[in-house]
Amino acid sequence: MIGELGHFALALGCVLAVIQAVVPLYGAQRRDVLLMRAAPALAFGQLIALAGAAGALVWASVVSDFSVANVAENSHSLKPLLYRITGTWGNHEGSILLWALILAVCGAAVGAFGGNLPTALRARVIGVLGFTSCGFLLFALLESNPFLRVWPPPVDGQGMNPLLQDPGLAFHPPILYSGYVGFAVPFAFAVAALIEGRIDAAWGRWVRPWALTAWCFLTCGIALGSWWAYYEVGWGGYWFWDPVENASLMPWLTGTALVHSAIVVEKREALKVWTVLLAIGTFAFSLSGTFMVRSGILNSVHSFANDPARGVFILGLLALVIGSSLVLFALRARHLASGGVFAPISREGALVLNNILLCSICAVVVTGTMYPLFAELVLGAKLSVGAPFFNATVLPLVIPLVAAMSIGPVLSWKRANLGAALMRLWYAALVALCVGLFAAWGWGALPALAFAGSAWLIIGALAELIERTRLLRVPFAEFLDRVAGLRRAAFGTALAHAGLGVTIAGIAGMSLASNAVVALQPGQSTHLAGYDWTLISLTDAPGPNYQSRVATISLSRDHLPIAILAPERHFFPLQNQTVSDVAIRTNGFRDLYAVLGEERDGAAVLRLHYNPLAPWIWLGALIMAGGGALSLSDRRLRLGAPAARKAPAGAAAAQ
Amino acid sequence: MTRKRRRLVVVFVCALGVGSAAALALNAFSDNLVFFVSPSDIAAKAPTSGRSFRLGGLVETGSVRRGTEAGHPFASFRVTDGKSSVTVSYDGILPDLFREGQGIVALGHLTAGGGFQASEVLAKHDENYMPKEVVDSLKRSGHWNPEGGPTPGTGG
Repeated sequence: MIGELGHFALALGCVLAVIQAVVPLYGAQRRDVLLMRAAPALAFGQLIALAGAAGALVWASVVSDFSVANVAENSHSLKPLLYRITGTWGNHEGSILLWALILAVCGAAVGAFGGNLPTALRARVIGVLGFTSCGFLLFALLESNPFLRVWPPPVDGQGMNPLLQDPGLAFHPPILYSGYVGFAVPFAFAVAALIEGRIDAAWGRWVRPWALTAWCFLTCGIALGSWWAYYEVGWGGYWFWDPVENASLMPWLTGTALVHSAIVVEKREALKVWTVLLAIGTFAFSLSGTFMVRSGILNSVHSFANDPARGVFILGLLALVIGSSLVLFALRARHLASGGVFAPISREGALVLNNILLCSICAVVVTGTMYPLFAELVLGAKLSVGAPFFNATVLPLVIPLVAAMSIGPVLSWKRANLGAALMRLWYAALVALCVGLFAAWGWGALPALAFAGSAWLIIGALAELIERTRLLRVPFAEFLDRVAGLRRAAFGTALAHAGLGVTIAGIAGMSLASNAVVALQPGQSTHLAGYDWTLISLTDAPGPNYQSRVATISLSRDHLPIAILAPERHFFPLQNQTVSDVAIRTNGFRDLYAVLGEERDGAAVLRLHYNPLAPWIWLGALIMAGGGALSLSDRRLRLGAPAARKAPAGAAAAQ
Repeated sequence: MTRKRRRLVVVFVCALGVGSAAALALNAFSDNLVFFVSPSDIAAKAPTSGRSFRLGGLVETGSVRRGTEAGHPFASFRVTDGKSSVTVSYDGILPDLFREGQGIVALGHLTAGGGFQASEVLAKHDENYMPKEVVDSLKRSGHWNPEGGPTPGTGG
């Protein structure tokens, strides 16, 4: 019964999405206030319906209702409760439902927090979101319905892929999808602006918080995915330039560019057409990312579900959404008059440089990811583009990006003096130089460059704050006043830029990692990275739905015990599959990492890693997202202030 | 600076960015393309030893040898596409999903002795999944029968 209710709620959500797409857009075109005002209510309705559908699916999974095909295929009565809940979005059908649910949340959020938007703009934004939503809901209903029944129901489910039975992966999809889907809102704003044929500073101010929210989620989502690959898959790496990883990186790069170019629209009313194009492009990358993961068209070690028919549907949806918005762009873009003249050396100029570099990086990532597909279709050759390609192309583009990142925020708007700006950063440059020389002495050129870049970013971010608060140059009380008077967005920028510095330091540290594959009998020991790794024992232990083999390794340095590591191997009898459970001991500055492989003649095959600064990679991403959130909290306060509101003449006429 | 010249500067910088990205990409491509090769391809025309490529096929039943040598593990097995097979040696930990009859992809290079030294061995996350390239190469060698179950004759 609950399955049918869920199915009905899904269909209801689809119908509401169609109405949400048609009524507000029609109302905005006819300037019918009543129809336009219906938009938020329709968005709330769709959200309630889809929340009901998702709730029904979670319920069916929690009570192990195996007459629902989706639950029978992906769940098992012995599966722990947490994974019965999170498993609902770990499979294809459930993940599409999650996509649609988050899209509905976005629509409802525009309805709830968009009170300061002109009614027509809000109606159009919600309408465009409804249009996108109904595409995904039709897909869910026609191609990937999670509520289909099987009769007779199986006695027990087939269980989930054991690799997915992990807390990191349980929360990875909702966060990553919030990032992907969140960029639907800037996309909807862009399309709405194209329909209206008008963009002003206020548009930039409205669209930026949405883009920033999506960007924060996407940053966290990518970091969480990378962390999962690091500790669960057990390859000891954190980024493999795999197509699925690249698919999430592309919208992140253009989304980062969007967050920055929207500042220029807001402050200077320039780069309008470009910002609209970025908003469309970012959502296009989000959609194509979903398409790639879900269709299996690109060969990836992370692809879990492959189905060509579904791929074709998503591709059609992608073509429709992106094609129609680009046609609209081509027809309307020239109506968006550009303003705000600026010199190349200025804050705007620095932001343009940021956009060029980020989009260039995105272009090479797209090239490397798509080339195997192109080569197979056109040249008939099977090949893959590996990490060396991406390292060779991305790195030279990241260097000028990092160099400019600290300089940009200290430049003034319109016209700036580069020499004076560099003078303010002299100590950041000095620290970066010292760190670089020190690192070059110990580890060679590339890590030195990375550590210097990291120091340049972190100290540069601090320098900008010091500059604004005049630390040590004014009395302490005035300094405190200046700190209190500083906008949170300024702290946010500094924090986000410093966060990238932390991540770069982590990546540089990981390039100095060492590892060894050894076969040890209990009692034997080996030496790696200054530590003695001794295998103490090999034992069996029971788990909830698996059997576990545990290796206990003791680590010591100069005969002083440091830590005990216990990597495990879990055997899942149901799936006849073995999964390694990595043991990691961190102190914030280095990870000691051990993987248990198979056993041979009483010896355990172990892979041991010493990973300096590894946690900084994800810590830096969290700091970046934190900076984004801080800046967001500032914007929301400012958006609430009536003085910031500037109702365009057209909207005033419509009200 | 006039408005026109400013625009020119911006266009110039854009062209420089896109141009250097394209140049970097093209330059990196020629060295870093990793071709996919099946055992029959090696039998027909072996790639130069030392150049890395990806070898895909099924692990031949009964060919897997694992052992340890001076505290370091090694493994060797034969990868087949039904027509020919190649001996692969690998010093790391074989993936959890590695087993006989399973489709795998190995990254590495040919040694002077004609064997394949793998630096990476990949099996998919999903136990029933066969790497797409392996399926295609098995189809080409005529040893793939979709109705006959996931593992066609690998006895050799």
